Amino acid sequence: MDFHITEDRRMVLDTLSRYLTDQYPLEHRNKVAYAAPFHDTEKWNELAELGLLSALAEESVGGFGGSGFDIAVVFEALGKAMNCEPILPLVMASRLLGAAGVDQADLLEGKKHYAVAISEPDAPYDLNDISCTATPDHKLSGRKSAVYGGQVADAFLVAAKAGAQLNLYQVDANQAEVISYGLIDGGGAAEVLLDDTPAELLLENAAPALSDAINAGLVALCAEAVGLMTVSYEMTIDYLRQRKQFGRPIGSFQALQHRAVDMLTEIEQARSITIKAAAELGGQEASRYASMAKNLIGRASRLVAEEAIQLHGGIAMTWEYPVSHYAKRLVMLDHQLGDTDYHLSKISTDLVA
Amino acid sequence: MDLNYSEQERTFQAEVRAFLAENLPEDIAAKVRLGDGLTKDMMDLWHSILNAKGWLATTWPKAFGGPGWTPVQKHIFDEECCRSYAPRIVPFGLNMLGPVLQKFGTKAQHDSVLPRILSGEDWWCQGYSEPGAGSDLASLKTRAIRDGDHYIINGQKTWTTLGQHANKIFCLVRTSTDGKPQEGISFVLVDLDTPGIEMRPIRLIEGGHEVNEVFFTDVRVPVANLVGEENKGWTIAKFLLSHERTGIAGVGFSMQALEEVKALAHNIRRGAKRLIDDPLFAARLAKVEIDLEAMKITNLRMLFQAQEQGAPGPETSILKIKGTVINQELRDLARRALGPLAAPFPGHLNDGNILFGPPDTAFNAARYFNNRKTSIFGGSNEIQRNILTKTMLEL
Repeated sequence: MDFHITEDRRMVLDTLSRYLTDQYPLEHRNKVAYAAPFHDTEKWNELAELGLLSALAEESVGGFGGSGFDIAVVFEALGKAMNCEPILPLVMASRLLGAAGVDQADLLEGKKHYAVAISEPDAPYDLNDISCTATPDHKLSGRKSAVYGGQVADAFLVAAKAGAQLNLYQVDANQAEVISYGLIDGGGAAEVLLDDTPAELLLENAAPALSDAINAGLVALCAEAVGLMTVSYEMTIDYLRQRKQFGRPIGSFQALQHRAVDMLTEIEQARSITIKAAAELGGQEASRYASMAKNLIGRASRLVAEEAIQLHGGIAMTWEYPVSHYAKRLVMLDHQLGDTDYHLSKISTDLVA
Repeated sequence: MDLNYSEQERTFQAEVRAFLAENLPEDIAAKVRLGDGLTKDMMDLWHSILNAKGWLATTWPKAFGGPGWTPVQKHIFDEECCRSYAPRIVPFGLNMLGPVLQKFGTKAQHDSVLPRILSGEDWWCQGYSEPGAGSDLASLKTRAIRDGDHYIINGQKTWTTLGQHANKIFCLVRTSTDGKPQEGISFVLVDLDTPGIEMRPIRLIEGGHEVNEVFFTDVRVPVANLVGEENKGWTIAKFLLSHERTGIAGVGFSMQALEEVKALAHNIRRGAKRLIDDPLFAARLAKVEIDLEAMKITNLRMLFQAQEQGAPGPETSILKIKGTVINQELRDLARRALGPLAAPFPGHLNDGNILFGPPDTAFNAARYFNNRKTSIFGGSNEIQRNILTKTMLEL
């Protein structure tokens, strides 16, 4: 047993953390996060040059990482810095392109943006609910919703049904109607409207590949949440130490001390289930542990976000104070790739089987 | 025991309902339903509509221009306003300063201030909290030093709600540093046009502007603007805060939210099923509905008690603690129900030409975040627990 991270991953983590601290601090993040195009091309290219994008892809597709632990290490650091560059879509796209045997050098070099279009208004989380259709000559119709990173995508990887079969298609961004918008927690997304839109078939019977991409995305989101929670907790503890009311630090009040400990407990549990899900990624039971992780992360994130605000009093309700942004991201992360209840229902179904 | 309103109360309820149906402007109700901020003009318009009817200053005695309602009538009025999505009345002049002046003010202050609150000529805001004095309000430092027939005020106030629309502010200031902190506080009325006052906006978590910081630099205020006695402001502050607590359970707003979430859960589809068919979501909603049903009765029990005994007791803290949590839980569900469609920043939606989600839901996530304030302001839920602890344990 060894819970240390490997030397290679330590180097990636150090490089990334240093870069984010020096070149992408919160002030810059907030500028990028809330104004179109919700993306900084220059910084994106620098991240690519540092090899950080390649660390998220497997060797077989031209990267030098791509395992659950590689993804988790990177996303925890991204979470701590609250970075909102479209790196999650990159992780998912890399796995989908890999499964389809499509060259992805452009993706890993940061030259081409792919966004993954799975969700629909009536099918937010479950692949079985997808209703977007494909004709035999690969024309797609339907609406893909909340496509993260869609505001800067050059191409969309679209899950659509040809009859009863779920396939994966590629649609060039200029072929579809793309409506971009910013997100309440920062970053951008798009609605992608497809109306007999020409596409390229990448993969038939794509459910297993899509599940794998979603599982990788879930590990990424969970690790991001662990990073976000860690910082939120640290800021809360600092505040409890420094803020004085009634002539003493508010952290000296036991009612608040115990709540801070409850936050810590949930964060440690969240970290553990994320490690487990990362370890299982790519394996037979990857979906099961990814679901467990996302459920626990959903519960822990809400608790940590709400308690971080409450224990700060009014100040964390302000835009100016960073905790508010961490809290928003923590809460809204539950709306990506399946919420707390969705993943709980999957684990519940396993129990019945 | 009888949980029903009396015959007269039911008649009154019908009268209020009819009035609202006829007089509440549709565009205003639509904005309230959406959870979008009202413009100042809209708030002024609703103020004047209620004033014309004589239903504006619902907490004031008849002698001062109030309708002379019982607490139950006032409750019915608030309930019906929520039911019709009428705007919340801006409370600072009407429900805070008004009652304070009626109890502690001079005849001259009654005559010069109260009519202008009703007419809407003056918009009052509140100068209570400071950066270093939140839960521990008595530690406030904004200083007022006597100079002839003026006070000279220096310091900073914060969380001043809707101060951007106001022309007047009532403030707690320190007039003495001797003795206990509570013993050197005074309550003064300040004209915001006075030189030396600067108001700066505070942007909130979801991006909105509803609170402000107010800075005072050598601001000269006539001593005649003192309310009550010098150094006796703490009594007034506490009196005002007890008024701030009426209606704090927010039952009407939670009933609105419950109906919204129910409608959403029936309309939103997850594949072939409706969201309400998801037993996990249905259970979350059912649990809050149960809590709210109990809270309605808890609220009425305390109202009944206040009507019989003349004043609300410390138990009203229970209304604040549980009422805000119920409301926050419902706002959580309203956000959760939308799934990924809750994610867009509301400000960006108006630019698009597409219906992003079900009607009236564009602000659901923003409202969830904004509503986190309710367990913090007006005496945080932790402070409410302290109030109750004191009464219970008598240590």
